[in-house]
Order: sequence, then structure tokens, then C-alpha cells
Amino acid sequence: MLNPTKVKNDFPIFRRKIDGKEIIYLDNAATTQKPKSVIDAIKDYYENFNSNVHRGIYKLSEEATDMYEKARKNVSDFIGGNDQNGLVFVRNATEALNLLASSIGQSLKRDDEVLLTLMEHHSNIVPWQFLMGKGVKIKYADLKEDGTLNMEDFTSKITQHTKVVSVTHVSNVLGTINDAKELARISHEKEATFILDGAQSVPHMPVDVKDIDCDYVAFSGHKMLGPMGIGGLYGKPDLLSKLPPYMGGGEMINTVTTEGSTWADIPLKFEAGTPNVADAIGLSAAVDYLKNIGMKEVRKHESEMILYAFQEEKYMENLKSFGPRSLHLRGGVYSFNIGDIPSFNIQRELEANSIRISRASMHPHDVASEIDKEGIAIRSGHHCAMPLMARLDVQATARASFYIYNSKEEIDKLFIGLQNATARFGH
Amino acid sequence: MSEDIAYEVMMDHYRNPHNYGTIENATNRITEYNPICGDTVHLEMIINEGRIEDIKFVGRGCSISQASASILTETVKGKSISSLNDLTDQKYLMDLGVSLGPARERCALLSLNALRKAIAGDGTAP
Ligand SMILES: Cc1ncc(COP(=O)(O)O)c(C=O)c1O
Repeated sequence: MLNPTKVKNDFPIFRRKIDGKEIIYLDNAATTQKPKSVIDAIKDYYENFNSNVHRGIYKLSEEATDMYEKARKNVSDFIGGNDQNGLVFVRNATEALNLLASSIGQSLKRDDEVLLTLMEHHSNIVPWQFLMGKGVKIKYADLKEDGTLNMEDFTSKITQHTKVVSVTHVSNVLGTINDAKELARISHEKEATFILDGAQSVPHMPVDVKDIDCDYVAFSGHKMLGPMGIGGLYGKPDLLSKLPPYMGGGEMINTVTTEGSTWADIPLKFEAGTPNVADAIGLSAAVDYLKNIGMKEVRKHESEMILYAFQEEKYMENLKSFGPRSLHLRGGVYSFNIGDIPSFNIQRELEANSIRISRASMHPHDVASEIDKEGIAIRSGHHCAMPLMARLDVQATARASFYIYNSKEEIDKLFIGLQNATARFGH
Repeated sequence: MSEDIAYEVMMDHYRNPHNYGTIENATNRITEYNPICGDTVHLEMIINEGRIEDIKFVGRGCSISQASASILTETVKGKSISSLNDLTDQKYLMDLGVSLGPARERCALLSLNALRKAIAGDGTAP
């Protein structure tokens, strides 16, 4: 069984104390901490292997190229890819989604439709909205009251015009786990390309792109113990091969003449310029670390953490938490508010009991700020999901998100911190 | 003023905001959001002959953003617009008397930025 206290020892940052207090880090949906093995892998690369890849015919470059390509294979295997050439290294999930919107977008025409959901991160909304200028329509599948995707609404919004369906696997606000396999099946039935935003799933549960049968999946290394500045775009190799390139430059070409250029084969076609070799190797070390624990164990641990939060939240008067309650539909993301924090509306603000006057509410920033004093890091705000906030009719939420080094004791401290915070705030 | 007292003053403004509401015949109006977090301040004012004759706010957000809006309306009511040139971010934060840290300074400055924009925008806003 996963022992979070032992895991914590592998992460140098947790040796640090802030104002004499241990760090309780509950903002893992934003980014995760890095184990020593990842930091060491990056250091080792720069100290012993640094050189440009795919170019030199000298020893250092050959070794670096070999390490980079092994990292690709390791990361590709990790998500069940059966061809490492389908794995493109990008900066993060955002870049992967921009690449897809831009390259797929080239072939989209007026009145073609892209179907998203109301629980998407801005990075899976804004790049598609760029296409609205040429008449592409964006639709959003609705949620049910329990925070799960409304499948009837989803199905009704797929039409013969739908060319792309792009959905988050796990919501970074509600923790909702979407049935990616079913969504892929429905999308393919309508001959739409199915894209999965795996930013919150690849780090937290077993993900198998073959089993899901998604056409593309996007994810970020920094959310899965890896370094910042590296992420993955996995695509079915035949689809990737047909997709036009995103950025031009070195590495991504076959030949360049003054008349024009031809493209390199995948994955290099999508990796213009000198890649982030060190961090790809760092990500590969993160994958090794996660494989060693086992993704089923990671998932189980986070389920236990969420279940424990469900049990403990009962003692917090006025606390409202969001997202599905069934554990099998729920990742380790816990958004909540103290009292109601409705979205801003002048008329309602003037009529209703204002939050300032209502003693029952405490704004999530104040919550986060107060418990920061006890060394607990949580997030507050709209979590880059403003359409979701509007749908939930909340201005913002507080959010704790769990990972392998978080323990039940830390959840105890979170709720004690919340009790203290509300007491100090005068509820 | 000690920092503790300054903080209490802010909390008092938060719980019992001054100049809360709208102005029917306002000359300038603005709704300003903090894009990072969605905190919102809506200002309405009557500007007459280069002077802020009246100013009110409505808002929703954290205690710092809302207390600051209340304090701002108190600070600038009756003042000439030209006098606002001296009210720099730094001075405003210093006058609040609470050390906030960079993230929450943005909350405190939301209403001041809104005021500047409302004044720069000519005449009646929607
Ligand atoms: C669901 C989801 N998609 C995409 C992203 C974007 O990740 P990044 O900022 O690493 O590109 C995030 C990050 O918060 C996310 O939670």
C-alpha cells in the first residue's frame, strides 16, 4: 500500500519549513512537487550529456539523442501508446491543445462544429474559439446537477457537422471523471475526431489510449511529478502523419528549398527547433517513479483521500463542496466554499444579503489566505474554468487537490485550519 | 496606526462597507474584474467640474478587494480628479497600512485601477 509519509521523503521541497511550519501542499491540480530522482535526472543530463539532439554525429549528441528518444518511448508506453512516434513532446497540455486546434483547424470550414463541455479548462476552450473567426461553431455539452457530464445533452449536440470533440478526462474543479471510452465511441460513430485533455488524468490514474481509442491526448509533465516546460501530445500515428505542422523551423523539415519545404516524419514534424531534452528526460524519470508506485495505487490512494474529505467535511458548518459523490466518478480534486459565493450581478448584489453582511459566507481567497498562515497551500479562484463557474453560479471556489504525498493527517489539518479560519473571520 | 488596527479597520469596512450602492444619475460607471480570480468591483460616480462629487460601489470578492473599494470611495469622495495623480499604487497601499504580499496587493488595487479607468473613459459609461 502507498505510504504517503514515506513518499514525502523522496521530495526535497518537503524538508523546507515556512515560518517554522511544514508545508502541506494541496494544490496538485495546479502543479506537483518533484521527487529527487527527477531533479537528479535533469542534473545528470546537464552535467554529463548536454548537447543538441538529432544533429551531431559525435558521441555526446548521439547519447543525448538516445536518451531523448528513450524518454519518448517511456512516456508513450506509460499511456499505452503502441508506437512511440505518436508521442510529440510539447511544453504542456496547453501547447498540445493549441497545436491541435491550429493544425486540425486548417481544414475546418464555416459551420463545422467543435463540441466541448462546460467543464473544460480555458486551454481547451480558447484555442478552439480562435476558429470562430472563420465561422466554426463551438458547442458546449452541459452538466448534470451532480457535476457529471449530461450524456443526453452531449449526444444531442453531436451532429453531422461536428468535426471535433474535445473533452477533459477529469475536471480540474469538480474532479468528475468522464467516461472517455464512451465519449470516444459516440464521437467516432459521428466520424468526429476525439481529443482527450488528459492533464488531470494521466498523472492520477491508469490511462490507456488504445483502450479509450482516443485520437489525441494532451497532458503536462509538471502535473505528474515531472519538470515544468515539458508535456505530451499523443496522436494516432496515421492521423498525426496527415496533420499539417504547427510551427516551422529546424528539425521539422525534410528538405528546404527556396521554392518550399517538405516535412519530416512524425513526431519530429511537430517538434520544430531545439527540443527540451533535459526535461523530457526528467519527465521520463517521473514516469519511472509513478510506474514504481503503480497507477492503480495512485488512483486508490486519491480515492481514499476524497472519501476521507467527504467524511470530515460534515463537521464544517456551512461548507459546500462540489462534484460527484460516487468515488468511481471522482478524482482527487476537492472544490468547496464556505457559504454561498454566487457570481456577480449588480441587481442581485443590491437585493440579496451581501456576502459582507452575511456571516455565513467567507470568500475563497480569504479562506486560502487564512489557512496559508498554517502552512497549508490550497487554491482559490476560477481555476481557469470561467464557463464552469458561470454554470455553477459561483464566482470562485476554494480547491484542495491531492497527490501521492498527501495523507489523511493533512486533510485533518486542512479542516482544522478551516475551522480556525472561519472562527477568526467571525462566523 | 499599528498593522493590527489597520487590519481591523479593513475588516470593518468589509463587514460594513461605506458608500455601498448605485447612483441613478451617475456620470461614470465601470465594472472591473481581476482576471486572475474573478473578484469584481462596480463603481458609479458623479464627476462635475473636475471633482468627484459622489461615488458608490457594489462588488463581490475577497475581504481585501471589497474593503479596499469601501476605503477608496471614502478617500476620493469630494476630491478633485487632478489630485488623484498623487495617489499612486504605492501610496494607496501604504495608506491602507497592512502588508499584503504581491498576490493580495492586486486585490487591494482592483478598485483604484477601476477608478482610473472610469475617469479616463470619457463621460457616461453604460
Ligand atoms: C484539465 C486541464 N487541462 C489543461 C490544463 C493546462 O495545463 P498547462 O497549464 O500545464 O498547460 C490544466 C491545468 O490546470 C487542466 O487542469
